[in-house]
Amino acid sequence: MDMPRRSFRRFGRIILLSCHGAGDALMMLGSSVLYIRTAFRPRARHEVAVQLFITGIKSLGVITVVAFFTGMILALQTGLELRRFGQEVNIGTAVTIVMIREMGPFMTGLIIAASVGSAIAAQLGTMTVSEEIAALEVMSINPNRFLVMPRLVALAVMMPILTIYTNLLGIVGGGIVGATQLGVAMQAYIDNATRYAENKDLYVGLFKAVVFGIIIATVACHQGLTTREGAVGVGRATRRTVIISFLMILVVGYMITRMFYI
Amino acid sequence: MISFEQITKTLGGKTVLDDVSFEVPRGETVVIVGLSGAGKSVTLKHMVQLFSPDCGTVRIGEDVISAAKGAELERMRQRFGVLFQGAALLQWLTVFENVALPLREKTDLSEEEIEKTVLDKLRLLNMEDAVDKFPADLSGGMQKRVGLARAIVMNPEIILYDEPTSGLDPVTARLIDQLIENLRSELGITSVVVTHDLHSALAIGTRIMMIDGGKIVENATPHDFIHSENETVQRFLESQYITRRGSWEKGMQTHG
Repeated sequence: MDMPRRSFRRFGRIILLSCHGAGDALMMLGSSVLYIRTAFRPRARHEVAVQLFITGIKSLGVITVVAFFTGMILALQTGLELRRFGQEVNIGTAVTIVMIREMGPFMTGLIIAASVGSAIAAQLGTMTVSEEIAALEVMSINPNRFLVMPRLVALAVMMPILTIYTNLLGIVGGGIVGATQLGVAMQAYIDNATRYAENKDLYVGLFKAVVFGIIIATVACHQGLTTREGAVGVGRATRRTVIISFLMILVVGYMITRMFYI
Repeated sequence: MISFEQITKTLGGKTVLDDVSFEVPRGETVVIVGLSGAGKSVTLKHMVQLFSPDCGTVRIGEDVISAAKGAELERMRQRFGVLFQGAALLQWLTVFENVALPLREKTDLSEEEIEKTVLDKLRLLNMEDAVDKFPADLSGGMQKRVGLARAIVMNPEIILYDEPTSGLDPVTARLIDQLIENLRSELGITSVVVTHDLHSALAIGTRIMMIDGGKIVENATPHDFIHSENETVQRFLESQYITRRGSWEKGMQTHG
């Protein structure tokens, strides 16, 4: 067979496999969403609480540092440019709008995908290759209800909460840079920050955060539950989770922005 | 009880099971032996639809499990207990929680009833002192015993064992053999055991089935199995120093 035809066939196979994987992941998501009604039963409630703790509390340290420095960098970069026009007092608006519209949910999504998403993929992947998932299936315990649903709920609930935290810290970080490096008084920064930001900006940002949480949970759980080939497969599932989540956060983030602002 | 009807299964381009048919009668222990990669575990996994056949039918009594889905499949699977090769215990749950898991998830029993049932099963396997330990704190043999306690906690009609004695010391291996035999003789449980260990197979099996190259090359009582004229069977027996006269007869006396 000639080279172009072979390459075309290989490309087609990759597309087909990707579509199959995406369909499979959406089926898993749909099934898990249907099980959300069971999340308030005592035993499921405990598992959801554990996942909320892992997703929220254990990620706070890294989110604190990243959010704070994101706000500081934003303030410094925009402030230095605005200073050329004598408009550095407007950094409050710039930092606030960029944080709540884009950077808050985006940075939180990336951090959670890299820390929580990869951990979920590694845990479920290890369970798959050591036959723990098969054991659950044989016991008629649906993995989508027992494992996926609590992680989905935890990520969908914690992502907007963490995003609000990221937004606040980023805005505070920007204010500190404004006050210490650019000569913008804190009161002027706050007045400027609250003057132009709209409720819509906050809601769209939080909507993005929920969607990113669902994306991370779906990708991580699907990659974990479809792991093959032992330890190598677990590594591959973890890597794929981070890559696919990052790409989807970028693409879906753009689509949501376009949907609400154009 | 379990019936395989012309099952064919291909995995990764290789035919693992090739038109395989056999039956496991109620209350018997059928041991499946064979070389690594012969299709033993794949056969076992078809019984609980962890694999679906490319063609053919797997029946559990009157139920066709190979075609079952959803709630129907769940109902059929509840007739089984399965001991996996690596025990497959959930690592973040204690021994007690692992054994209690099917009772908590699939029954309406009170916590007191669950505790009593779990402790009874763990006592049966001499594991009652390990209730608060995590699987990572247990040896391989102890994990297998906990896995067996979990497999029998719902009082299943059928138990499937995937390499129950692999990696165990001979004393623990014989303890597991004895438990499998007791479950059959005292409770009438139907068992299917996959193993490489022919000494164990001859001690616990009411029938022994050998799979080679995706086909059944022998399916006989232990006595007939060691007297089989099949060359593959003979080579397999010789590889484990089992001859028609001698070591197996000694083994029979040892195992009672």
